[in-house]
Amino acid sequence: MEYFLQQLINGLTLGSIYGLIAIGYTMVYGIIGMINFAHGDVFMVGAFLALIAFLMLVALGVTAVPLALFLVLLIAMALTALYGWTVERMAYRPLRHSFRLAPLISAIGMSIVLQNYVQIVQGARVKPLPPLIQGGYTLLDRNGFAVGLSNVQIAIVVITLVLMLVFSWLVAKTRLGRDMRACEQDLKMASLVGVDIDRTISLTFVIGAALAAVAGIMDLLYYGVIDFYIGFVAGVKAFTAAVLGGIGSLPGAMVGGLLIGLIETFWSAYFSIEYKDVAAFSVLVIVLIFLPTGILGRPEIEKV
Amino acid sequence: MIGIRTDQGPSGGLELTPRFGTLGILVAIAFVGGLLRGILFGERRVHIAPRLPAAATAVLDRIGRMFAPALMAFALAVPILFYHDRYILDLSIQILTYVMLGWGLNIVVGLAGLLDLGYVAFYAVGAYSYALIATNFGLSFWMCLPISGILACFWGVLLGFPVLRLRGDYLAIVTLAFGEIIRLVLINWQSVTGGPNGVPGIPRPSFFGIPFNAEENGFAATFGLEYSPTYRIVFLFYVILALALVTNWVTIRLRRLPIGRAWEALREDEIACRSLGINTTNVKLTAFAMGAMFGGFAGSFFATRQGFISPESFSFSESALVLAIVVLGGMGSQLGVVIAATVMLGGFELFREFAQYRMLVFGLAMVAIMVWRPRGLIATRSPSVFLARRKAIEPGLAREGPG
Repeated sequence: MEYFLQQLINGLTLGSIYGLIAIGYTMVYGIIGMINFAHGDVFMVGAFLALIAFLMLVALGVTAVPLALFLVLLIAMALTALYGWTVERMAYRPLRHSFRLAPLISAIGMSIVLQNYVQIVQGARVKPLPPLIQGGYTLLDRNGFAVGLSNVQIAIVVITLVLMLVFSWLVAKTRLGRDMRACEQDLKMASLVGVDIDRTISLTFVIGAALAAVAGIMDLLYYGVIDFYIGFVAGVKAFTAAVLGGIGSLPGAMVGGLLIGLIETFWSAYFSIEYKDVAAFSVLVIVLIFLPTGILGRPEIEKV
Repeated sequence: MIGIRTDQGPSGGLELTPRFGTLGILVAIAFVGGLLRGILFGERRVHIAPRLPAAATAVLDRIGRMFAPALMAFALAVPILFYHDRYILDLSIQILTYVMLGWGLNIVVGLAGLLDLGYVAFYAVGAYSYALIATNFGLSFWMCLPISGILACFWGVLLGFPVLRLRGDYLAIVTLAFGEIIRLVLINWQSVTGGPNGVPGIPRPSFFGIPFNAEENGFAATFGLEYSPTYRIVFLFYVILALALVTNWVTIRLRRLPIGRAWEALREDEIACRSLGINTTNVKLTAFAMGAMFGGFAGSFFATRQGFISPESFSFSESALVLAIVVLGGMGSQLGVVIAATVMLGGFELFREFAQYRMLVFGLAMVAIMVWRPRGLIATRSPSVFLARRKAIEPGLAREGPG
């Protein structure tokens, strides 16, 4: 029971990270119907930028952890948003009216570019970071197994909740959110009523990239190591989460993320840890066979 | 990211190395590049492609038609021309392997329009099945070849079932997931596949029973020639050339059969296919199976050529490379696949000194070619069956179906 509780806590933490990345996937798919293959690598870039920002702040003498964390969040989100914007301008916008394979190939190329770019400028080794947020609470201590809730985990869940609230407010109440919802429903019509679709799409990518940057920071804090390849696997898992929750639906992305985090944690806890990635990928296949619209998604009607 | 580099310090922590010089240079390049682009390309209102006079196009046409046979003759002559250059022979064997993979994937992506990102899985199945059968049961290459083809075919059908109802992007991600699942299973199933250590000691091919060694019953002795290790390489070259040509021939013949027409119809518009009564399930499964079979053949050849295989050779980058070869060469174009494979692998080899930058340039090239020529380098859609004269269709006029 205690083991189960511990895995539950771990799973929810991991799921929050996946959920934040999944939001990026789901938003882009909702607006332009394209899977942004390079989004996982944007997450990786965000983690690297956060690492560099942390080290720079330490070198400059800022050692108070909450202040450093806040500054790193700002810097990493801003710079990663720039990366996201650049990727969209370079690789996707020219191909918006092309046949549907072209943006996907372009996305694969962009993913390769980002991975190798980071590998070249930062080196191919893993980058460790000493744990910044330490300590935690012991919730239960029965049968010799202590269920612990570390401060990192609390921070991750709290930050995720805050961001989700801010983001839901953004989509529901602001002008930009209205434009995004309009583009999601009917792109051509939205442009006819005066929505600047180029700007809206760019801002969607930017916001998605910023959220992925936050996920990258949390991944860095939680695991303590990053390397240039984490984007690939995290990207596929986050896409699974988006599909599981219903692609195109924002609460679905978060729900899907939490579910995938829980599935992965429980699988590696109770079955085998080597095949945990296989479990996540198999979930994708199973979901797409039996429940293609996901949990909270709307069925897609194709008109001929 | 560029300005500050993190490195492992002597005590295990990370050290920062500011590289503002490099950063400054790159910023300057980007700035000047942007200026130049603005000056040279400026505001373009209407872009009219210049047209060549009729005589020039006629000559170019004639050269174009002779290009494929000339390439074929050159390929046959390569071992003779470069007999003493082992490096070129190895490179050409590698190029031909990827050409065969490209032609196999062409059936799935180019003809049937099913975006398969996990093609390396069939390559791996072919390689591992030959390796395990040969090392455990001792069957020869020629006997194992059909077996691994059938196994790969079986996996192709198995992969095809879950993705029957998926469109475009979903299909791509699921096939990608399959490729990764196969690779992870290969790494972790140590008892059968040897895990990360791979399968060593795969038997080399024999000339229909006569082994290629320096002994009495060897190839050299039987034919009264002096022993040379190049014989095996030349034999391997002709084997892969034959396999690739079989792939090409089968594809061209299948294009004219009803199944090939059904594939191409599926690529254009799946719903129209269904309303015409074509069984799209069977058509898709057949496409996957055929493509997988040729991938399996290529995998067996790869295993026998190398003598040792490990899961590292079957990662997603291989799939991406083969897909790039097919798409950038022009989907559905056999000659385009050959040119793209040669250019890409040749380019890889040329840039061997800059090993780090190779993949980066590869990715950038993929993005650049997609933006510049979305339909690939050789971008015509020739109909497979025509009345009196074959007329190529402008790719811009053919609308890609959603399937």
